[in-house]
Amino acid sequence: MHELAVAQALVEQVDAVIDQHGATLARLIRVRIGPLAGVVPELLATAFPLAAAGSRMEHAELEFTHAPIRVRCQTCGAETEAAMNRLICGACGDWHTQIISGDELLLESVELETSPTLAP
Amino acid sequence: MCDTCGCNLTPGNKHLAFKPVAKGATAVSVLKGLLQKNDDQAGHNREHFDKRGILAINLMSSPGSGKTALLEATLTALKDEFTCAVIEGDLETENDAERIRAKGVQAHQIVTGTACHLDAHLVHDALHHMRLDGVDILFIENVGNLVCPASFDLGQHLNITLLSVTEGDDKPAKYPVMFRAADAMLLTKTDLLAVLDDFDPDKAEAHLRNLANPAPVMRLSARKALGMDAWLTWLREQLAAQRARVAIGQSRRPAIQSDGMKYHSVTA
Repeated sequence: MHELAVAQALVEQVDAVIDQHGATLARLIRVRIGPLAGVVPELLATAFPLAAAGSRMEHAELEFTHAPIRVRCQTCGAETEAAMNRLICGACGDWHTQIISGDELLLESVELETSPTLAP
Repeated sequence: MCDTCGCNLTPGNKHLAFKPVAKGATAVSVLKGLLQKNDDQAGHNREHFDKRGILAINLMSSPGSGKTALLEATLTALKDEFTCAVIEGDLETENDAERIRAKGVQAHQIVTGTACHLDAHLVHDALHHMRLDGVDILFIENVGNLVCPASFDLGQHLNITLLSVTEGDDKPAKYPVMFRAADAMLLTKTDLLAVLDDFDPDKAEAHLRNLANPAPVMRLSARKALGMDAWLTWLREQLAAQRARVAIGQSRRPAIQSDGMKYHSVTA
């Protein structure tokens, strides 16, 4: 259920980007998503056409960039990959780490179609 | 993140922003959290709390792990010391708010209908139905759910995640998004440990550490008044810390790192 809600928020944001740039429609929407975001890309892809129906991104392609889970160790300084429920340092095993990638849910970029009169 | 000065563009993501595209089209880099609107509202709520020196605490857990029972015992214990208020979130019924009011404490019930979590807008609407002047601690009891509530900033200062000993000690490993967000984890219903041979509190704590979470773990039973002192002492310390922050014009956000609260939509 919440993937539909995320899709609605996405449509709202892309709509704002289209307005900001005086474009006519969006061709491609790229979303960066990490496993710790708690949103399943496949479900978001299913929900998107419902949320986008009748909008200026109705025919846009939705593309995902998958962000790997990476942590930085505060003890030894190493940056390593980690599993979703084991966010410990891959080098020294300490749990005093910080997530540097893997919890994102970002609208990364949008490719817009500009109207012929406004095109350079 | 900032859209005006370009500071959200880093060497690591710049290549995404300026990818050449077909003629007649432009690529625009956005790099913005999908839940920006919720976060803005949450920041506004936090200002409301800070202006009045209120400590706002978000309680999260699965349904039936004892959030309301914990509140009842806590409010009773603190009634001569602090003025508390409670926001209750449930899909249906006014039952929990009535239980709190029976303790003589102001409570507002949010009925979410079908929504699986509270968001910053729902909390803001609730605040307008409450008398906040003179309140020291505001407890927000989220919808019982170990998945969605973790992802929404409500404007609270602290997240408390409850894990009752009837649930299994590996819950932090199974629900990492929720337990990563906890500023404190409470193991509840510990009076039942005697009859449950499969819940190991040390294992539950180890699973929490595997999520790189340094949050304190407190073991208690609200019904049998076990271990409540450590929890109440921690609350007093947190209120003192909040007052100290307010005095120097600072605030605090919950434990969630970077984009952790941007998982769900605000309009669920």
